[in-house]
Amino acid sequence: MPKFKHALVKRSPMDMFAQVIIYILVGSFALITLLPFVYIFAGSFATDRELIERPFFLFPKTISFNAYKYIFDNGDIFRGLRNSLIVTVVGTTINMFFSTTLAYPLSRPYFKGKKFIFAMVLVSLLFTAGMVPNYLLVANILRLRNTYWSLWLPGAINMFNMLIIMNYFRSLPQEMEESAYMDGANDLQIFTRIMLPLSAPALASVSLFYAVSHWNSYFGAMMYISDRRWEVVQIMLRRIIFLTQSISSETGIDWGLLGEPPEKSIRLATTVFAVIPILLVYPFIQKYFTQGVMVGSIKG
Amino acid sequence: MGVHTKARLLQPRGITIERRGTSTWRRELSAHAWLYVFVVPGIIYMLIFVFLPLLGLVMAFQRFSPYSGSGPFGAFIHSEFVGFDIFRGLFNGPDFWRVLRNTLAINISALIFYFPAPIILALLLHEIQNQAFKRTTQTIVYIPHFISWVIVGSITFQMFNAQDGILMMLIKQVFPNMPNVLSTPGAFIPMLLGQSMWKETGFGTIIYLAALASVDPQLYEAATVDGANRWQKMWNITLPGIVGTIVIMLILKLGQMLNTGYEQIFLMQNSLNRSVSDVFDTYIYTMSIINGNYSLGTAMGLFKSVVGMLLVIGSNSLSKRFGSSGLY
Repeated sequence: MPKFKHALVKRSPMDMFAQVIIYILVGSFALITLLPFVYIFAGSFATDRELIERPFFLFPKTISFNAYKYIFDNGDIFRGLRNSLIVTVVGTTINMFFSTTLAYPLSRPYFKGKKFIFAMVLVSLLFTAGMVPNYLLVANILRLRNTYWSLWLPGAINMFNMLIIMNYFRSLPQEMEESAYMDGANDLQIFTRIMLPLSAPALASVSLFYAVSHWNSYFGAMMYISDRRWEVVQIMLRRIIFLTQSISSETGIDWGLLGEPPEKSIRLATTVFAVIPILLVYPFIQKYFTQGVMVGSIKG
Repeated sequence: MGVHTKARLLQPRGITIERRGTSTWRRELSAHAWLYVFVVPGIIYMLIFVFLPLLGLVMAFQRFSPYSGSGPFGAFIHSEFVGFDIFRGLFNGPDFWRVLRNTLAINISALIFYFPAPIILALLLHEIQNQAFKRTTQTIVYIPHFISWVIVGSITFQMFNAQDGILMMLIKQVFPNMPNVLSTPGAFIPMLLGQSMWKETGFGTIIYLAALASVDPQLYEAATVDGANRWQKMWNITLPGIVGTIVIMLILKLGQMLNTGYEQIFLMQNSLNRSVSDVFDTYIYTMSIINGNYSLGTAMGLFKSVVGMLLVIGSNSLSKRFGSSGLY
């Protein structure tokens, strides 16, 4: 917004009033966005008694590390985080391999058979067999239960993401490619040495789309992974928050002198552990995601 | 490299004029052999994970029993065919209509209350001249988009549960008779909408802010000189600037009327609110994956896919009429 917008004309009191209201509205929405994070973070350092007796605080009166002590002793959360990391890193790699290799030929005007493959892509976009046939394929026919292949393969290509990459390939200038042909390069070399590096911004955005969706999803893991050793962090959080009635009965740790385990702060601290990885990569994510949304919306 | 080879390499790219015919075809195949290698993984993926499951739709016309045959496909061949019996049972029973009603109730409520939220926030953000304030707010309100539904659900659960939820305690102090938010059917849809608004309103502004950025600043300048106030400028310049985007987003939403975010709903569902919280995907999951009635879930999924496809095609051609490039 240019600065001169209001500079030329004296502001009326009504206008000033409206301005203040707008700042308050936007500011309070930002505050509402932040408060739950503040609550889980502050609460994870509080005692359960304080959480119940004096629920509103920014800083707990008695700072207690019991919840974190429990989580570190128990160690489950680190296994969950590690599993999620494996699922995300390998899954995203697989996604990018399948998506770029399909997108590149489709982006070349001289590639024969484009129409046929496009028709297949369109069918995948418009029509799905639904949950049950897909489940039986993964669980009973391919027998991928309790392996991460069940999380990696069924969604190996997200067609929307593939189309974003394809459009980006299309938009690249042809001169580089042509001179590479002149120098005797083949399509594999052009693809890996010219096209992929040139597409880095789009590839970064799409990789993040894939990575965030791997990290955050739980439904696949809920359907296919029943072995606790392979539990991802979202499933673990769901189990602890929604399914477990009592944490002490779940773990069998003797709390002895500490008395009852601090159930509520343990739940809050577990949530903190699940939130932190996302917040750590957020500055990086924000840039490429917004960029990716724009690339996706101006597709040809 | 000789001149001749260069010419041969260039030809498939359509730079030099080429003759049509089988010989061209063959030459292009050999010059771009790699491209045909590249598509192999993608095609295999689609064949196995998109097209092979379509054959499984046969279950919707069978009384499918998974142990009726041997080998991976035996059960599909040996299960008894029953024609449209499964569908007849589905449409005559109460569950289908309950699930359809719940799905539509959730989506229509979202259309009325949640859909305008990012538009309003974008309009407000657009009015803010202090760039530092604007950028900080944007950074904050985008965050929840990247937070998983499990985390959103667990935060909701901890703030609203009846024993020690901080917000529930606050509500009870003001309205002692307020029923428990997490288990009252009437509170289910407002709770979903609240979650969605908290999570997605901020991120949803991006597309509108982009449309607003392309509004010509001279229009504001001219309006200011003409003595227009803030409200008049918003109504006559800003809003017309994004109305196209709003229409497109609305139409695309209409194409998704049978889809609800099932990760979100499945988490917030419990035995007390099931009457309003069962939607297609949660019902299919419970009936088929948990209870093993595969035919029923397949039939319901097939209904959802067919109607969903028609809605998407319809909304897409509608959005093209409004000048959008559409979904495909």
